Amino acid sequence: MTVELQAAEIVTKLEAVLPGCTVESGGNMVVIKDESVLQAATFLKNTAGLDFNYLNFLTATDYTTYFELVYDLVSLEHNHKLVLKTRLANREKPELASVFSVWKGADFQEREIYDLFGITFTGHPNLKRIFLWEGFQGYPLRKDFKQ
Amino acid sequence: MELNSLPQPEVYSDKALDKTEGAGIDFVKQQHQVQIEDPDSWQNEEGQHNFMLASADALINWARASSVWPVNAGLACCAFEMISTASSRFDISRFGMEIFRPSPRQADLLIVNGTLTWKMAPQLKRIYDQMAEPKYVIAMGSCAISGGLFRNSYAVVPGVNKIVPVDVYIPGCPPRPEALLYGIQMLHKKIKQKKNFAKRKTA
Amino acid sequence: MALKTETFLVNAGPQHPSTHGVFRMRFILDGEVIQDVEPVFGYLHRGIEKLSEGLTYSQDMVFTDRLDYLASMTNNQAYAVAVEKLAGIQVPERAEYLRVIMAELMRISSHLMGVGFLTNDIGAFLTPLLYMYREREKILDLFDMVCGQRLTYNYMRIGGVSQDIPEEFIPALKKFIDTLPKFIEEYEQLLKTNEILLIRTKNVGILTKEAAINYSTAGPVLRASGVKWDIRKAEPYSVYSRFNFEIPTGTKGDVYDRYRIKIEEMQQSIEIIKQAMAQIPQGDIMAKVPRVLRPPKGEAYGRIEGPKGELGFYLVSDGGTNPYRLHIRPPSLLNLSPLRELVIGVKIADAMAIFGSIDICMGEVDR
Repeated sequence: MTVELQAAEIVTKLEAVLPGCTVESGGNMVVIKDESVLQAATFLKNTAGLDFNYLNFLTATDYTTYFELVYDLVSLEHNHKLVLKTRLANREKPELASVFSVWKGADFQEREIYDLFGITFTGHPNLKRIFLWEGFQGYPLRKDFKQ
Repeated sequence: MELNSLPQPEVYSDKALDKTEGAGIDFVKQQHQVQIEDPDSWQNEEGQHNFMLASADALINWARASSVWPVNAGLACCAFEMISTASSRFDISRFGMEIFRPSPRQADLLIVNGTLTWKMAPQLKRIYDQMAEPKYVIAMGSCAISGGLFRNSYAVVPGVNKIVPVDVYIPGCPPRPEALLYGIQMLHKKIKQKKNFAKRKTA
Repeated sequence: MALKTETFLVNAGPQHPSTHGVFRMRFILDGEVIQDVEPVFGYLHRGIEKLSEGLTYSQDMVFTDRLDYLASMTNNQAYAVAVEKLAGIQVPERAEYLRVIMAELMRISSHLMGVGFLTNDIGAFLTPLLYMYREREKILDLFDMVCGQRLTYNYMRIGGVSQDIPEEFIPALKKFIDTLPKFIEEYEQLLKTNEILLIRTKNVGILTKEAAINYSTAGPVLRASGVKWDIRKAEPYSVYSRFNFEIPTGTKGDVYDRYRIKIEEMQQSIEIIKQAMAQIPQGDIMAKVPRVLRPPKGEAYGRIEGPKGELGFYLVSDGGTNPYRLHIRPPSLLNLSPLRELVIGVKIADAMAIFGSIDICMGEVDR
């Protein structure tokens, strides 16, 4: 049975390596600052005992004042999972580091988020629109998108 | 064969081609917002039913209707009902349509099944333009008739008849193979009514 | 005098007999060997995630049929599991058993198509495919008996299933399940030791275990590379914990392994259906769900093991009648992530075999 790791123990481990990165935590979900996403991802993948080597999915939601990105991480060996989140307050030019170097499965999913929300991922090898065509105006999944 | 025996190139991503294609899609979207009229005008010349055809007409129409070759253009879910119709249980080849041509240059009939998006619209227009006359179009399924379930979406063409002129509409989501066969029989009836030679004007 | 050669661009375009739906690959070729490839999708992007924000939770069930249109029952089940987790609804037992029977029949049908189209791409033009269609038509007749539809069923509801099975369903199902192993034996005779199939599929498109995990693949693609990961065993949902079945895994991760896994999974599905038919109780088929469902504020992620991999729905609710955000974890899109790495350096005919073995469905890739 997949165990959902409690946020408290993950927060203590993360704070030991990257102090001050946690914004909020509760249940099985940890919200961290957007600058520390890449380092936290590398730490969670490489630490023995955590071993989050499988990125289940990566998506984004538009809460009208900020964007929230959700990373669902799974460890196949230990059969436990964790939800890592981060928030972006800048609506004009939202930017974040890409986790492609940690999990290659983030490739198409980050392109999808760029296409539908307009969030840029720095360090992605090929960031361009994937579902809509080049020249489409606007980002459809934002709440203020008008047809 | 061993993977990566050639040196690994940079990720290939042709942005110039994307831009030209994007401009093409925007052009098609702008030009095709109005429905193209159904090609029924030749049916209205002498009334739609019960008129006598010359024997040459009847022979030519019989030959055309008995061997209509469709082109392979399945877009989404309805394509699987078309493939089921072509399989051994419902057997479309008893109506003469056994060969599904992959190339539009060798085909007479375009069965559009599935949702058409604006990104795919220029390609569909290209397939239709490459077919030689006489050619027919069947719109199968509610997504092809009017956009169906996805009509309010930002990326869906609200009906294939905005891009190509349609001869027969088959409703359903997806239509059963029996419905597709009935639609094909309606198309045969339509083909058999056509007058091929213009009336000679006497002085 | 040296011969001057150049690479050229070939488009395996959106209208193609071998791409499973509207999928496009831009190949850069040097002779017949592929130097680089760029997959282009979006030709079936219908905006399901945006459209579902405008409809209620029960109305969104119809969109889920059209995602992976070869496996509509499991899509319905995934969405129902996600909403039931969000709203805290308990499904009655008889409904759970019916869901399991439908899901396993759907798995058999989808794998039949997967193997059939793989052999179609390799060159056995239509012969194994028509044989497998014969079995699939029997399964579709069973579904027609239950819910009246052949392809997009919309059978499951939030809290149960929509209709109870008629009396003639269980005897018809028993007759089908008893004769199916004989037909699978017939396919094995055609294909298992066929030299052409073996040469074209063994050692082609090897996906290593680390690459499969890193690229977030799931389902038969992940299991063929040696990882024993199946949501029905890892996080059992519905009543799967009551059945005895095994998870077949491959060793090498080539096209042949991905094909063998599908045949073996069909045999395991037959075992599950036999056990479910023996254990199914009488009772209600639908829980007491309010007419207009308003789940409490929060989020949930519900997942199942579909025929193509792990299918999950991530739902965010703000307390209203419509979902605030619905995200679909698409197994076909993620299984396509290693395509570029697998296809570089092989000939174009092998690339079609590799692509066919990944077994995608464009409705799910593009949503």
